Amino acid sequence: MSAFWSAWVTVITLAVILGCAWLLFATRKGEKFKETTEETVGHVYDGIEEFDNPLPQWWFYMFVATVIFGLGYLMLYPGLGNFKGLLGWTSANQWEQEMQHAEEVYRPVFAQYATLSVEDLQKPENAAGLKMGQRMFANNCSVCHGAAGTGAIGFPNLTDNDWLYGGEPATIKQTLVNGRNGGMPAWSAVLGEDGVRDVSSYVMTLSGQEAIPGTDISNGEKQFQALCTACHGQDAKGMHALGAPNLTDDIWLYGGSFKQIAHTIRAGRAGVMPAQKDLLSEDKIHLITAYVYSLSNK
Amino acid sequence: MIKHDTIEKNIGLMILLIIIVISGGGLAEIVPLFFQSSTTKPIEGLRTYDALELEGRDIYIREGCHVCHTQMIRPFRAETERYGHYSTANEHVWEHPFLWGSKRTGPDLARVGERYSDDWQKAHLYNPRDVVPASKMPSYPWLFDNKLSGKDTAAKMTALRKLGVPYTDEQISTARDDVQGKTEIDALVAYLQSLGKTHSVYTNKR
Repeated sequence: MSAFWSAWVTVITLAVILGCAWLLFATRKGEKFKETTEETVGHVYDGIEEFDNPLPQWWFYMFVATVIFGLGYLMLYPGLGNFKGLLGWTSANQWEQEMQHAEEVYRPVFAQYATLSVEDLQKPENAAGLKMGQRMFANNCSVCHGAAGTGAIGFPNLTDNDWLYGGEPATIKQTLVNGRNGGMPAWSAVLGEDGVRDVSSYVMTLSGQEAIPGTDISNGEKQFQALCTACHGQDAKGMHALGAPNLTDDIWLYGGSFKQIAHTIRAGRAGVMPAQKDLLSEDKIHLITAYVYSLSNK
Repeated sequence: MIKHDTIEKNIGLMILLIIIVISGGGLAEIVPLFFQSSTTKPIEGLRTYDALELEGRDIYIREGCHVCHTQMIRPFRAETERYGHYSTANEHVWEHPFLWGSKRTGPDLARVGERYSDDWQKAHLYNPRDVVPASKMPSYPWLFDNKLSGKDTAAKMTALRKLGVPYTDEQISTARDDVQGKTEIDALVAYLQSLGKTHSVYTNKR
């Protein structure tokens, strides 16, 4: 703050406080410490008069106390322009101290688990660490994956043992750290609407559902073999490297009805798992990894 | 000294004296902020909202998101642990009007950008209960149908430029094409994903 504005703030602030004090004393009646005067303010309305009394004493002294408090506060805390106050307090400093204190308290707690492997963290003696992971999961992951990790349409269920990118500890951690970008292309331009229906119908049969009447399964299979196996595999069991789901089980990220499958094939899907590396510290990610791992490895 | 009677019987004088008494706080606390570099100079590397984000911001205001969501992370550990680095004035110098809010029914959104995927934001705005069963946020399904015409976008940018937001002539000239035909949900999600991402001075790591 420039010297001018510093002076501006200081002068106005003090002037206001002193002005209040002046007003308080200037309007005080001469009859100090008397409960009441016999004088009235002079007007009469409908026979009602008003005594011209001083402020009650307790009230008067409360005003005095606020003035003293105000001046004391301005001595201790920043308020008068560039004067930092005798305590040197700032909100940023207070936050730093709070953070430092938390660091001292929680650093050893996290450190205790940081050196353990995800598998070791599953052991009963480390249940407290897993519990921390669960709480951080609730804070950071549950909005998409659900409070119990069971997911929603478009957001994978983490409690089954069906993984898009793989369920080994290292893979889970990588998913957390760097995020994932799903890339199912849209096929409507290539297949046409009839082709989309044929392939959808064929995909339904892969997981043992009935084909839809009026669709050509053999064409669906032919197109599937030509277009889809590059990611979903010859046997349609998916590919972890690409995050391509297994189509032969009854687990569906975007729904397994004909309508939902057809929409996925027609318009494509681009599910995104946001990278957490810029959001959460390594130690936290480690414990969340352990918790996610525990969901399908009881 | 002026008699109490005189003040009470001259309304003009009373107004003047009241103004003098109540202006002290504003003069000392508000006026200097118009001249401080910490409140008037943008944070390093700050970018403006692009056309689509700007339209999304107006939808955010129209739907009253700021009534339940703040964009102001206070310097307490409990807040920075959850939302990221505390907010500072120089992040908001191009916000007209600012959307700090004053009450949280939902969480703070100052740094919500890129925390969740676009798909999640859309699913959540369509019907929050689909992804967060206990949520009491309203649904906004009409955002998926309403299309933007873009006819006012350039004018909004020009107005903001008059207030000191450095929109370029190029941004203003392409504004209409940038948003025309996009849905309101596209704009709102673009805006939400930009929150806290218009500069990279603070790490949001917790």
